[in-house]
Amino acid sequence: MYKILKYSFFDLTRSSWSYVYFFFYLLLGITLLFLNNDLSTAVITLMNVIIMIVPLIGTIFGVMYYYNSREFTELLLAQPVKRSSIFLGQYFGVAISLSLSLILGLGIPFVAYGLFKSAVIWDFVMLLITGLFLTLIFSALAFNIALSHENKIKGFGYAILLWLFLAVIYDGLFLLSLVYFQDYPLDKFSLIATMFNPIDLSRILILLKLDISALLSYTGAVFKEFFGTPLGAVTSMGMLILWVVFPLLRMRQVIRKKDF
Amino acid sequence: MRKFSFLLFFFFCFSSLQAKEIQVCTSCEVNSLQQAVDMAVDGDVIRIKSGIYKEHGVEILNKSIKIIGEGYPVIDAEMQGTAITVKAENFSIEGIKIINIGTSHTNDFAAILVSRSKNFRIVNNRFENIFFGILIERSSAGTISGNKMKSKSRIQAKSGNGIHMWHSEDLTVKNNEIIGVRDGIYLEFVNNCVIKENLCKDNLRYGLHFMFSDHNEYLGNTFENNGAGVAVMYSKFIEMRRNLFRKNWGSASYGLLLKEISDSELINNTFEDNTIAISADNTNRINYRHNDFISNGYAVRIRGACYKNVFTENNFLANSFDVAYTGNINENEFLKNYWSEYTGYDLDKDGTGDVPYRPVKLFSYLVNRTPEAIILLRSIFIGLLDFSEKVSPIFTPAELIDPQPQMRKIK
Repeated sequence: MYKILKYSFFDLTRSSWSYVYFFFYLLLGITLLFLNNDLSTAVITLMNVIIMIVPLIGTIFGVMYYYNSREFTELLLAQPVKRSSIFLGQYFGVAISLSLSLILGLGIPFVAYGLFKSAVIWDFVMLLITGLFLTLIFSALAFNIALSHENKIKGFGYAILLWLFLAVIYDGLFLLSLVYFQDYPLDKFSLIATMFNPIDLSRILILLKLDISALLSYTGAVFKEFFGTPLGAVTSMGMLILWVVFPLLRMRQVIRKKDF
Repeated sequence: MRKFSFLLFFFFCFSSLQAKEIQVCTSCEVNSLQQAVDMAVDGDVIRIKSGIYKEHGVEILNKSIKIIGEGYPVIDAEMQGTAITVKAENFSIEGIKIINIGTSHTNDFAAILVSRSKNFRIVNNRFENIFFGILIERSSAGTISGNKMKSKSRIQAKSGNGIHMWHSEDLTVKNNEIIGVRDGIYLEFVNNCVIKENLCKDNLRYGLHFMFSDHNEYLGNTFENNGAGVAVMYSKFIEMRRNLFRKNWGSASYGLLLKEISDSELINNTFEDNTIAISADNTNRINYRHNDFISNGYAVRIRGACYKNVFTENNFLANSFDVAYTGNINENEFLKNYWSEYTGYDLDKDGTGDVPYRPVKLFSYLVNRTPEAIILLRSIFIGLLDFSEKVSPIFTPAELIDPQPQMRKIK
């Protein structure tokens, strides 16, 4: 598995897309920090980027890589290598190279800016952690989709739909249900609904560092009591980890039975 | 000889006219403040040496005296009633430390109670574990400055206010530090006062609370982390300048709650990290100028019956919501403010944006109706909703715009 991971990783680092991705973040970080000169608004903008772009890139890249390396995969399948280690190796190769682009691309400008002396460091670390998780989650989901669909167009279609659903439509339905059932107590419902969407969960985790003052109005008590406590932090982290683990487990199941 | 005795007599008369000084210390002949006060006549100075004096119910009635503490002598009221009660003119209390004022549900026990007095000074005293700190009623022309109060209030019904003024006028409250009482500074029916450079922190209810108090000035005060922020009600002709409202967090907490305030000015104040920086209810003819709203949940929330409130040249920086609005426009105006979320352009380069800014978002309207929706703050869907609402307003008041948003932060 490590050998395959290594091959995939080096294959990707040689491909220009990881560099494009890396330079995109580098440019973004530099522009935000050095042209904006307000650190907190920069972090807010970055959050918007992370909860939108990172899942999208993770999905597209995952699907693309799977379809592109199909011949290589077939070659590997002919060898006496465990199936799960082939696919997991490829998956981690993609996920790690994407995460590296993200962390280096955003990290370098922030370090250059003198982040370690600033109090925003924890907000920034939170940004990176959620970005990391989102990359892992969405490339895993993308691999799942690609595995289940031989047809490339269909695969891409489903992948984009998945991103659209989790990033936009889910929140729309969420909001609709909140407005529709506003006469009922909705605190617990909204907490649970947030837990089931990794993008929402990451957003809330970052917001708790940034916009806590707004989140504290009205229903503040519930959110603060939940997310502010160690239990809340552990639960939300656990939820994010589950979001990585479940797609991977499903991937293993599918690989075992799949006829290539 | 006769001449000499005359001189002696003259000298005697003179010296008795001159102020005398009474020393109080634990081992002196005069070992309690009450004893010293009883001996004193107009113009005397009572000098208290450091030490612990277990006294309460000390009364200064119609005596113009000066009490000076050296090394903060401690007056311990042992949780029994008011420590010092004054009803006099031209007196001053300086440099003493009063502790352990008992709570009561029927009496307002205070460390220093000033009643029907004039021309007084209460300066550089320390207060610890108090019910009410300085309670002033029906008095005028006083200065309260440099006092430090610290208490640990937990329940509103069982705690009192730091500096409580009632039915008084022409007072100056300056440089005081009030921490952990119920209301930091409280004014009711108090006119023509200056409240300047005080620090009110960690109080159970309000940092500053006034009602029916007209023509007062609030300058350079800091209100931080108070249970419900600052609330001011039913007053006219108020001036608030250079105050700092910080970290007033909670579902019923405000940086500044204005209720039925009219003809007032808020200039150069800073609102930072509050759940709601300003909540205005029923306010008329108020000018907001050069204020900074930084990282608040809501910067300005305008509720019903507000007329002619004018916001000019304020900075709105990184607030979750800049303005939440209920009701009609009612001649309320936003003009020439800087909005950090403004996305317009400035083609003629005159520093003013060419596209008007709409400070009210659809989402703030939604949150008003369904508070739980706040959990969707800054999500992409909400961004899309807000954007489409900005393009063609349906739910938010269409006329509520800043026609001249500034491109640069106002200094």
